[in-house]
Amino acid sequence: MTALVLAEHDGAKLSAATNAIVTAAAKLGGPVHVLVCGPQAVADQAAKIAGVEKVLVAADAAVANQLAENVAPLVAGLMGAYDAFLAPATTTGKNVAPRVAALLDVMQLSEVIGVEGPKTFTRPIYAGNAIATVESSDPKLVLTVRATAFDKAGEGGSAAVEAVGGAADAGLSSFVGLEASKSERPELTSAGTVVSGGRALKDADTFAQVIAPLADKLGAAIGASRAAVDAGYIGNDHQVGQTGKIVAPSLYVAVGISGAIQHLAGMKDSKVIVAINKDPDAPIFQVADVGLVGDLFTVVPELVAKL
Amino acid sequence: MKILVPVKRVIDYNLKPRVKADGTGVDLANVKMSMNPFDEIAVEEALRLKEKGAATEVVAVSIGPAKAQETLRTALAMGADRAILVETDAEVEPLAVAKILQAIVAEEAPGMVVMGKQAIDDDSNQTGQMLAALLGWGQGTFASKVDVTGDSVAVTREVDAGLETVSLKLPAIVTTDLRLNEPRYASLPNIMKAKSKPLAVKKPEDLGVDIAPRLKVLKVSEPPVRKAGVMVGSVDELVAKLKEMGAVA
Repeated sequence: MTALVLAEHDGAKLSAATNAIVTAAAKLGGPVHVLVCGPQAVADQAAKIAGVEKVLVAADAAVANQLAENVAPLVAGLMGAYDAFLAPATTTGKNVAPRVAALLDVMQLSEVIGVEGPKTFTRPIYAGNAIATVESSDPKLVLTVRATAFDKAGEGGSAAVEAVGGAADAGLSSFVGLEASKSERPELTSAGTVVSGGRALKDADTFAQVIAPLADKLGAAIGASRAAVDAGYIGNDHQVGQTGKIVAPSLYVAVGISGAIQHLAGMKDSKVIVAINKDPDAPIFQVADVGLVGDLFTVVPELVAKL
Repeated sequence: MKILVPVKRVIDYNLKPRVKADGTGVDLANVKMSMNPFDEIAVEEALRLKEKGAATEVVAVSIGPAKAQETLRTALAMGADRAILVETDAEVEPLAVAKILQAIVAEEAPGMVVMGKQAIDDDSNQTGQMLAALLGWGQGTFASKVDVTGDSVAVTREVDAGLETVSLKLPAIVTTDLRLNEPRYASLPNIMKAKSKPLAVKKPEDLGVDIAPRLKVLKVSEPPVRKAGVMVGSVDELVAKLKEMGAVA
């Protein structure tokens, strides 16, 4: 059973999510190869992940922006030599993997959080309100894997890097642009500490004025509830939840977040959860390790001063 | 241009699902069912494209039990022109749904398929991408903006890094994210009118599609419950507790 892992990167830097997917792939019991659709420099980083036997690098322009229409046929073409394809359950992985699965005529397993056997996996359903144990009967496996559910494979490997050609432009789609939010803070899904704000933050300016100092103090990434994103307090890339990002930091501070099911689905695997909310009955307190009922506009500045 | 909008009947968004005691699944008996919220956004977007003159007809399609007709009537009441039910009581996996939709696309020849990015029951997030692969079409997934011009569509996508825009050659697949639009409510007159709109019923066998499952659900269980935490009365206590837990230095 040889597994192929799709590397997650931004065109220059490999994402640590890739290391977690390598751990999941290694649990299948066979060699692990990594496919980088991007530059050699990213492939060199992937080659250092412990446990990776080989790195394939496709440097063609057609796949540089991870367009699924061009990446999927490349992967499907490589799968003759592999038994499993694993992609991180990021927006890139979720875009590409089902297209690969359909080309191979296999059913994908989404958001895998546990490897129970060579063909048996656990995955959350109903926004994490239930966990399904699922066995595949297909000849090849296609999985998207939740990075926060697996330890990140360490460094120290020295895999061979091999170029793969033949990635062509399918002529169906083209990349127009990316409006990336610039931030000096840690990346949300890999941050050790996350401070998130909710609807109670009133507006975009207030959100920034209250949440940013606490995030700065803790060296944290900034997250938000769906309500806060819908209301325009902060961009969509900060949304934590079932349909946003799944995070599992060492410390998660929820400020003015009531704790809707779909938000909890995105953060309940955090190690320590702190909730600050003026409503003592807010569901967030049911999952919090430490809860403080109070007005966030006085509590948060006081907390910043005392930390 | 015709737009095809697949819709799924799922447990209502506001309800907390209960895992069955025997671990075979989630209890759906006597539970309120509604249209998958992402599909409502898809219906709305298709209707807006029609209102803008970019589309001429909106056809809703659902795959599921006879009761999925109610979901299709909701789409018709919102403003879809007609509906197709592919009736089956079986659990149909995303790959099989994509194959059924591929057969419907062959019959209907739409210029676009607009559908939810995922259903809130199995949270697979696969069907649109699979359908795009089977048809050899472009895919604009997780859309927050859709702009049709001539024979192409620009789709702004909600991605982990921010907002990405891609241009797709039509025909194409678009899957909807939360912030694409706010779906309209059906008015009472439109609900009445929807009752007489055409709704065709087919079977998967009529379309020549094998829907045998590839995955076997061995068990469904409750997620692990977090242990109850402590409530503190002041910021000082909070800071002390966090230090004690080693959560802050």
